[in-house]
Amino acid sequence: MEFGLSEDDRLLQDSVVRFLTTEVPLDRVRELAAADTQKAGFDSALWQGLADLGVLGLVVPERFGGSGQGFFLAALVSEALGGVVAPAPYVGTSAATWALLLGGSAAQQEQALPEIVKGKRRYALALAETVAPRQDAALRLQGNTLHGESLCLIDALPATHILAATSDGMLGVVEQGAAGLAMRPMQTIDRTRSWGLMQANGVSWEPLGGDMPRDQLLRRTLAAARVLLAADTLGAAQTMLDKAVAYAKERKQFSRVIASFQAVKHMCAEMVTELEPARSLLWYAAHAQDHVVEEADLMACLAKAHLGDIGREIARSATEVHGGMGFTDLVGLHYWFKRIGMDRQLLGGPELTREEAARLQHFVQ
Amino acid sequence: MDLTYDERYQAFRQEVQRFITEHRHLAPREIGLERPSEEQKRWQRLLIEHGYAARTIPKEYGGFGAPMDVLEQFIIADEFSTAGVSQGLSGQGIAMLVPTLLELGTEEQKKQYIPPTIRGDMVWCQGYSEPNAGSDLASLRTSARVEGDCFVINGQKIWTSSAHFSDMMFCLVRTEPDAPKHKGISYLLIPMTTPGIEVRPLMTMTGDAIFNEVFFTDVKVPVTNIVGQRGEGWKVANATLIYERGMLGDPNQTTNFYKRVVEVLQRETIAGESIMTRQPQLRERLLRLQGRVLAMRFHGLRLLTHFSRMEMPGVAMLVVKLYGTVLNHELAALAIDAMGELGTLYDKDPMLRDDGIWQRWYMFSLGLIIGGGTSQIQKNIISERGLGMPREPRTPEEIAASTAKQPQS
Repeated sequence: MEFGLSEDDRLLQDSVVRFLTTEVPLDRVRELAAADTQKAGFDSALWQGLADLGVLGLVVPERFGGSGQGFFLAALVSEALGGVVAPAPYVGTSAATWALLLGGSAAQQEQALPEIVKGKRRYALALAETVAPRQDAALRLQGNTLHGESLCLIDALPATHILAATSDGMLGVVEQGAAGLAMRPMQTIDRTRSWGLMQANGVSWEPLGGDMPRDQLLRRTLAAARVLLAADTLGAAQTMLDKAVAYAKERKQFSRVIASFQAVKHMCAEMVTELEPARSLLWYAAHAQDHVVEEADLMACLAKAHLGDIGREIARSATEVHGGMGFTDLVGLHYWFKRIGMDRQLLGGPELTREEAARLQHFVQ
Repeated sequence: MDLTYDERYQAFRQEVQRFITEHRHLAPREIGLERPSEEQKRWQRLLIEHGYAARTIPKEYGGFGAPMDVLEQFIIADEFSTAGVSQGLSGQGIAMLVPTLLELGTEEQKKQYIPPTIRGDMVWCQGYSEPNAGSDLASLRTSARVEGDCFVINGQKIWTSSAHFSDMMFCLVRTEPDAPKHKGISYLLIPMTTPGIEVRPLMTMTGDAIFNEVFFTDVKVPVTNIVGQRGEGWKVANATLIYERGMLGDPNQTTNFYKRVVEVLQRETIAGESIMTRQPQLRERLLRLQGRVLAMRFHGLRLLTHFSRMEMPGVAMLVVKLYGTVLNHELAALAIDAMGELGTLYDKDPMLRDDGIWQRWYMFSLGLIIGGGTSQIQKNIISERGLGMPREPRTPEEIAASTAKQPQS
């Protein structure tokens, strides 16, 4: 019985964190965030570096060039990326990898997975409409081609491919730049990643051809994406807390460091009291994705909702501890604040995913 | 992450399950807040004999004598709680005094006190808090002066649960009035039948008197009734506080509590429709709490893993009391709200639900938020020991130094 990080887990986590700390300084985040929205949210050198570290193949079996170590490690990587607000399309690509593993045909896996591991293939997710369609957006199949619109694509522009769901919940893949596809960036609060809107007008779409039933495949894919988003929030919230504590230990008012005031200490204590049990919940939800499959989507819903809520609280409190400086662009704290705010809204906010969890447990119809 | 148990632990779990199946008809219904009954003591002896109570206490002191293994301890607690069968006696003597004596007691003290305590024949209460020494426990003023071969004790203790039926008290007293406050305290063992001790029940908001005030007037105990040296009582007491905080308890308690709240929302109706389907706001609250209950449960497994690896869990351990006590309070609050006006029924009203546990737990859990280190003290501990933020000034000198730094306005 080991509920925690193994030696191997820690080694991987350390190497990823070390790599990210040098490769993604705040200046680099600023630079990419300031770029126009066509380029925002993607650092190709960083992505290649992640591929070289083996981080893109953690869930991919060895025969496709990965290391097949399981979803838990992928969640740790997502956490580490959130920790430095890394401009990387990791959630989209990893969730699509998961969908291909569960529901791709042998040929699709053989074609896509080795490319993913090498960093050559990156995926956007067009799944928002399967959770809560806004503005009547929907993707429909007419014959073999895709029509309609999808909003708030995750990791939209850096993607080479798009994992897109039809309104009746079938998953398939569209190639970026395909005939009839229009992709435009969406400007959101979060400029550390890339968001977009796709319009399809008879776009060629290849359904995932594996054996897993359509409903199940969609649920498992959403679950994976939600856990990765929750992990991203965990990492970002931890960094915000660390920064708040560090700032409080340096900033002096009334001839004292503000960390010596109980009002400030108690805010920090409340943040860590929420964060640590939430980490334990996230670990289990990540572990469940490939080891406790019957709980995979319930735990993903509850973890996404919980991290969404406590992430928002920590983002607010950590900013407050920084006083006026937290509100400025100078310390850059707002990149984390916005990243957490973005994660929360995607693929179902807390109330929506909790209602889904209530249905999964038959509390309501 | 590996949530499976290896063969040895699987076999151990089966052994525990077999014991429970074969013996559960002998188990007492509930270990209450009273002196253990003969039935409870019989059950306790049976548990010790099989190693399910006093498991790691050495055989020469009446225990089972197994080496410490937190996973075994967890499996025992998990199986008994899942089966709804009593895990035997608890109480401050077993939880706090016995581990302290094992570490710091004399051989004579161990032989004299540990065997009857773990069997339930000797019941203890804890004499720590005083009316003017709560969060600032080290400022306690109950005094003990040496006269001949006796300590003579004068003063008052408060929040002394089970004092009214205890045989003995382990008690913090000031023996060195001129020493700095943390260094003037001694840890004494006091028979409750000693002349000069008066126990008065302290009624609480629940309507029960589980606590007492204890008054000492020239109470004499032999000087040999000290644990550790004179002036070392603070260190001795902190050794036990570590045990108190380190206790695993019932790993399923909050989960079981949550399940009962689910039942309340499904069972209570308005106009024939269950609260669960009719009131989405309360359903949302339930699901919010479910996330926290699961977080707490998995957090317990994480801490268990740290202990089994002999690692210090750090800040992850420090947050447990604050998180858990507030969560229990909120669970009871939700059950009450689901019952609407009827959620206010109490005592013996004929329409009472679930024997009135919800209001009782709602109030009692507030007591637990305050007791054993208030939430505010917990936040000091978390921020200071967990996050390395500056310590609150604790001594007159530190307070003077901290205020002297302030510029005059």
